[in-house]
Amino acid sequence: MSFYDIYSRYKDFDIDSFYNNISDKDIELILQKDILNEIDFLMLLSPKAENFLEPIALKANSLTIQHFGKTILLYTPMYLANYCTNQCLYCGFNTKNDIKRKQMSLEEVEAEAKYISSKGIKHILILTGDAKDISSVEYINSCVNILKKYFNSISIEIFPLNEDEYSKLIKSGVDSLTIYQETYNEYIYDKVHLKGPKKDYRYRLDAPERACKSYINSVNIGALLGLDYWRKEAFFTGLHANYLQNKYPHVEVSISTPRIRPHVGDFSPYHIVSDKNIVQFIVALRLFLPRCGVTISTRESENFRNNILPLGVTKMSTDSNTSVGGHTNKQNQTNQFNICDTRNVEKMMEDIKTLGYQPILKNWDII
Amino acid sequence: MNDELIIGDTELKSRLFIGTGKYSSDSLIPKILEKSKCEVVTVALRRIDLSSKENNILNYIPKDTKLLPNTSGARNADEAIRIARLAKASGCGNWIKIEIISDNKYLLPDGYETIKATEILASEGFIVLPYVSPDLMVARSLVNAGASAVMPLGSPIGSNRGIKTRELIKILIEEIPLPIIVDAGIGKPSDACEAMEMGASACLLNTAIATSKNPILMAEAFGKAVEAGRKAYLAGLGNKSYTANASSPLTGFLNK
Ligand code: SF4
Repeated sequence: MSFYDIYSRYKDFDIDSFYNNISDKDIELILQKDILNEIDFLMLLSPKAENFLEPIALKANSLTIQHFGKTILLYTPMYLANYCTNQCLYCGFNTKNDIKRKQMSLEEVEAEAKYISSKGIKHILILTGDAKDISSVEYINSCVNILKKYFNSISIEIFPLNEDEYSKLIKSGVDSLTIYQETYNEYIYDKVHLKGPKKDYRYRLDAPERACKSYINSVNIGALLGLDYWRKEAFFTGLHANYLQNKYPHVEVSISTPRIRPHVGDFSPYHIVSDKNIVQFIVALRLFLPRCGVTISTRESENFRNNILPLGVTKMSTDSNTSVGGHTNKQNQTNQFNICDTRNVEKMMEDIKTLGYQPILKNWDII
Repeated sequence: MNDELIIGDTELKSRLFIGTGKYSSDSLIPKILEKSKCEVVTVALRRIDLSSKENNILNYIPKDTKLLPNTSGARNADEAIRIARLAKASGCGNWIKIEIISDNKYLLPDGYETIKATEILASEGFIVLPYVSPDLMVARSLVNAGASAVMPLGSPIGSNRGIKTRELIKILIEEIPLPIIVDAGIGKPSDACEAMEMGASACLLNTAIATSKNPILMAEAFGKAVEAGRKAYLAGLGNKSYTANASSPLTGFLNK
């Protein structure tokens, strides 16, 4: 069995008729429950549940504090390369886009690592485009070997791998995997991934599970919000996290809620996802999966990030730069997408403290 | 009356141990220790940042406090052993709380791996305090493995649900010749008091203080609750009676 079986169970589910039959009483009853099932979660994502956003948020806030305390883990992304063989409509690194391509040399990786760690960051997320010949597993492995001298935790956000490849990187020091399904809707998935290895929906869908089988410490999944109706994407993301949590209890599972951001190229989202929608997603998720991490990146604005911090968020990126070697090389480089919150580590920490939370720089150790 | 708790080679006056996670700021910790009179604090080694001057939680722990590094994050005995050795090498002393959790949903400890880690670390001279489910057989194995105390859970970590495993903890208190420190699940001072009244040697808690609106006042309340529970235990609780003890017994006339 794979998550695909669960996805298949619901993929043709008529969510609109289901939502038409929900009453206020249904939502009130869910608010009384300690343990929610899949249908409860789906109901909390409904238009009807919008009328109950405040009580749901209050419960989400207290569950988050109970399970995670008043702390926010900080990390920063580092782009190793932007070569890519895929044509994802929504991404600046799309192979069809005429941008300057680059891969950092190991020396550059070391310089970048030294610079980022000097700012106090201990958790790093490394990213590449999907070009397995150029940014090979061996190349990434060599980078990991350098990075572990500077960071306590190394996460990867790269093309999906097979189990052996995940095991190899995990043995070298990778402890966490981020991989977004982009959209759970198989049909839209096919439409927005024009060409390249990423067209293989199932191989990507099962990637987090392969990493779990390889005994990774944590996985972070998500959908790129804006490709399908957000309530469906939120539902499938929650089901996917639940599936992984239940089947691989040794793994810490987190969810990201990224929205499509401006980038090189002219793709506009099929569906607009509002701030209110994201809030509903996060608070509903917290009630469904009280122990699931929630990551909010610098794609979101400073103001929005400050305001949603108490609602269920457990991790945030800071001081991001989405171009290759962008932390040390400030020359005009192409970003994968434009970031929104530009606070540096110091300012981010200060603001988190002002909000009554403790910024955590080190929460994990490669021992 | 002297009533000290001895663990390894250390005498402790306070029977309240406190965890250091989840606080809105580590700077609250000194005041919490002072108000609760706590002498032992547990710190997750994975959180200690030895390379940073400002962000090192150890800066907030007074020097005379006994440090109990824990192996939080370990999923098996090997990982726990590595963390313990690193803690010692980093100058955190030779006490270690073994916490091995491979179930992130309920956060219940793995007894088998905990026994393995305890055996190895105790033989290396560590004062080992293992966190376990309150299972008599596991606890006996821990005694044989060289543990210095046993830390059974009252209910799952962070649940604040109180001493749900009461009957099992009582068995450990009766049967195990080591200090029994109730760890996890203690949500209110009355829960801590209950554990102490039952005869537990100490209590360890974190969430209930860290996530309270006023952690310092709550720490003081817990300090007092643990003391009260201990005193009640020493005084000996009156027997519960399920039959009436009427002041003029109905059958009293028979003796007249
Ligand atoms: S999303 Fe990833 S795979 Fe798609 S074009 Fe961008 S970098 Fe390449």
